Amino acid sequence: MFFLKRFVTFIATLFAASVLIFAVQAVLPGNAAEVMLGTSATPEAVQALTRQLGLDRPVPVRYWRWAAGLCAANLGTSVSYDTPIADLIRERLAVTVPLAALAMVLTTIASLALGLYAASQHPRSADVGIMALSQIGIAIPSFWFAILLILLFSVKLQWLPAGGFPGWQDEPVQALKSLVLPAVALAVVQSAILTRITRSAMLDVLREDYVRTARAKGLNRRQVLWRHGLRNALVPVLTVMGLQFANLLTGTVVIENVFSLPGLGRLVFQAIANRDMLVVQDVVMLLAGCVIAINFVVDVGCAWVDPRLTLSAS
Amino acid sequence: MSAAGTIERVDHDRTRPAAILEVSRLTGTLNTARGPAQALRGIDLSLAPGQTLGLAGESGCGKSMLALAVMGLLPAGAQVSGSIRFQGQELIGASDAALCRLRGNRIGMVFQEPMTTLNPLHRVGDQVAEPLRLHQGLSRASARAEAARLLDRVRLPHAAQSLRAYPHQLSGGQRQRVTIAMALACGPDLLIADEPTTALDVTTQREILELINELVAASGMTLLMISHDLDALARIADRMMVMYGGSVVESGPLDAVVTERAHPYTRGLFAARPRWSALGEQGAKRRLQTIPGRVPELADLPPGCAFSNRCAWTLDACRAGLPAALAIGPQHEARCVRLNEPGFRS
Amino acid sequence: MRWLERAWRHPGFVTGTALVGLLVGAALLSFAWTPYPYAELDIPHKLAPVSNAHWLGTDSLGRDIASLLIVGARNSIAVGLIAVGIGVTFGVALGLLAAARRGWVEELIMRLSDFTFAFPALLTAIMLTAVYGPGLAISIVAIGIFNVPVFARIARSAALAVWSREFVLASRACGRGPWHISLHHVLPNIMPVLIVQATIQFAVAILAEAALSYLGLGTQPPQPSWGRMLNEAQQMLFQAPWLAVYPGLAIALTVLGLNLMGDGLRDLLDPRLARQR
Repeated sequence: MFFLKRFVTFIATLFAASVLIFAVQAVLPGNAAEVMLGTSATPEAVQALTRQLGLDRPVPVRYWRWAAGLCAANLGTSVSYDTPIADLIRERLAVTVPLAALAMVLTTIASLALGLYAASQHPRSADVGIMALSQIGIAIPSFWFAILLILLFSVKLQWLPAGGFPGWQDEPVQALKSLVLPAVALAVVQSAILTRITRSAMLDVLREDYVRTARAKGLNRRQVLWRHGLRNALVPVLTVMGLQFANLLTGTVVIENVFSLPGLGRLVFQAIANRDMLVVQDVVMLLAGCVIAINFVVDVGCAWVDPRLTLSAS
Repeated sequence: MSAAGTIERVDHDRTRPAAILEVSRLTGTLNTARGPAQALRGIDLSLAPGQTLGLAGESGCGKSMLALAVMGLLPAGAQVSGSIRFQGQELIGASDAALCRLRGNRIGMVFQEPMTTLNPLHRVGDQVAEPLRLHQGLSRASARAEAARLLDRVRLPHAAQSLRAYPHQLSGGQRQRVTIAMALACGPDLLIADEPTTALDVTTQREILELINELVAASGMTLLMISHDLDALARIADRMMVMYGGSVVESGPLDAVVTERAHPYTRGLFAARPRWSALGEQGAKRRLQTIPGRVPELADLPPGCAFSNRCAWTLDACRAGLPAALAIGPQHEARCVRLNEPGFRS
Repeated sequence: MRWLERAWRHPGFVTGTALVGLLVGAALLSFAWTPYPYAELDIPHKLAPVSNAHWLGTDSLGRDIASLLIVGARNSIAVGLIAVGIGVTFGVALGLLAAARRGWVEELIMRLSDFTFAFPALLTAIMLTAVYGPGLAISIVAIGIFNVPVFARIARSAALAVWSREFVLASRACGRGPWHISLHHVLPNIMPVLIVQATIQFAVAILAEAALSYLGLGTQPPQPSWGRMLNEAQQMLFQAPWLAVYPGLAIALTVLGLNLMGDGLRDLLDPRLARQR
């Protein structure tokens, strides 16, 4: 019952997101076909392209055609690249997905380790130190940190490339190397936030009565931390991780531009520059859809960990 | 020490069985927001095996602190000095590992709040089985079977099904039964119950109290029962101890304390209980008796006897220092400088 | 004034306020004086390192970095103020409405904000600038829009707590309507939470605008912007690496200062919240 409700909300959110994304670009002033062909285009050419792109149909119909296309995995054709958008996206995903995954893995490991350690050391100096570091981490713009990393590892030490991506087929090792700095740049800022959340959630849990009960049963500190602390602290941590995923994706878009990685982020940018609105629409919808899906998974996951959540429907 | 040269334990008083819990000069200081507070001031107590000690006093008098001190679970930053000997083993300064071997194993504790004492994300059966697996090394299956038996013993309805239940699916009284089962799982020699019935409704209070009493009687366990409900304590205790402001103001056999009420605070405490009287009875509509003033914060205790600023019989001598424990009867003592004055205790 | 004494002894708050004061001071100073006119090009002296003439050096067009930074501070403050202003005005209004009306109004407002949380904000800002053209105004609006649900959420939950208190009950018993209560009783009581959140959102807005400017979608030339300075610095990374340090440092210190100030305010304004450290 709970799952059903959540699933319905998930679908509804996807729908609402698609409407919003479409609406934003549908109110674009001027005729898109005109913009694409340029000022020197003849009125007939503009009209032909307009009809070809289906821009002369009423807005709800255009929305429907686009949305139906999405569901059928038909994403249309890019005007600037003249290739099916689905192919473009697939190509770019080969860069963005590994990057996001690598960043996510680094973030999770770092923030769980540091957060739990800080909580166990509270209020000693290790805890204070980690908190100070995370405070700095939150304040640093990820793209600035990326530039600093480039400065150190590419310019000075020349260990890692400053940008670009050779492709998985040709040079897999070099390809992996070119994802390291971007992933680290992304991970640092994300971990700073998550470390604080993890530590705070853990400290809250350690103050609870049932932790005292566990101690009264004879469990030592380590056993209490693992068996009673961690699982209970996971729920708020997982929730925030889900919310942070949106930040991660956005960060990926920015970082790809810093390192000139041919991922979805660069695609969006180039499409914006080329006024290739369909590409922008599709990619933004894809990214938004991922975020919504991740949040859905986190919701269900949290309910599985904490059965009390299935009780309250809101 | 070789087997040949084993040193025999010297039992100084062979007429009395060795006390299972022996506390001497226990002093505990906590770090509070208002500065250091003396939560425990020179506590002495001696519990014989199989006895039930009722520890009475209002909130803030330090009785829960005493229980936590015995378990070694005082909040971080707390300092204790003195001696707590459990079955001859000194607990103060003992390693965490040594204390962990005792907790949940030889000493069980039941806490006050059934709503928050159990881990909301663990099934009830697993929580009861945990001490069994930890201390007795039982396998999952045998621990589960034993847990079912324990839940049955504490008369939890549908014990077998409840194994898989989560705490939020049980009522307050049922959760408290689970807590008791958890505390008794390894058959401890000493059970500490810190206000086990306070958070329950009146009917359930009676049931839980009777349950505890019956379990203790059946196994010959020693019970340290903490409560501010004097009538409840009077029903089950062999000895009674009254605490105020971090020190024991009176302690002795139940009958002696309840009837004699030597200490002014004990007197006030017993008199302050609301009494049901039948309509038309002589003096039926008497005012509720109270002790004037308020229980002081542990950080603001007055010098000397903690009760001195609320007591009707205070003298200057009361403020000089913590009054020594004076004997009033066989194993009955109280801390009041005026105890032996003629006519004081009538 | 006991509050001020406590504030003085809170190291985080003091450091944060000092940093923020530095920012505000620089911005105000820029109206009266800058070492050099920020837009003045000086090609012969481009990419100069730190010197007495140019305290932080010059960029690829010979512009004085120090002047650019100081004037850029103006930019950052404007972004923060307006974006947070939008968020507070609309968000708090919606939050108060949700808490006062309850029922389907509350449900609707909360669903809408939850929806917006699931939406990557910067992405929408990027899309908006793609559609309507880049610029400071559009990026401020985009950032501001995403502040609305944040404040709506916070205002609503804080307001709900106040609504259940007795003095509000008394006010209702006197016949006061929900508007009066919301404005005169609820709002003053939720101020501390709002102030703390506003400080933090200010920092978030500055970071977001910096990212947009870095991508070329925010403040347009010749208006200086720390984010765009970083972009230009990256292009000169091999020749003049030091250019990348200052604008980023300015952003980081400003954001750090705001965060410290916000955390400090949280500790000082409501000691109960301080326990959540």
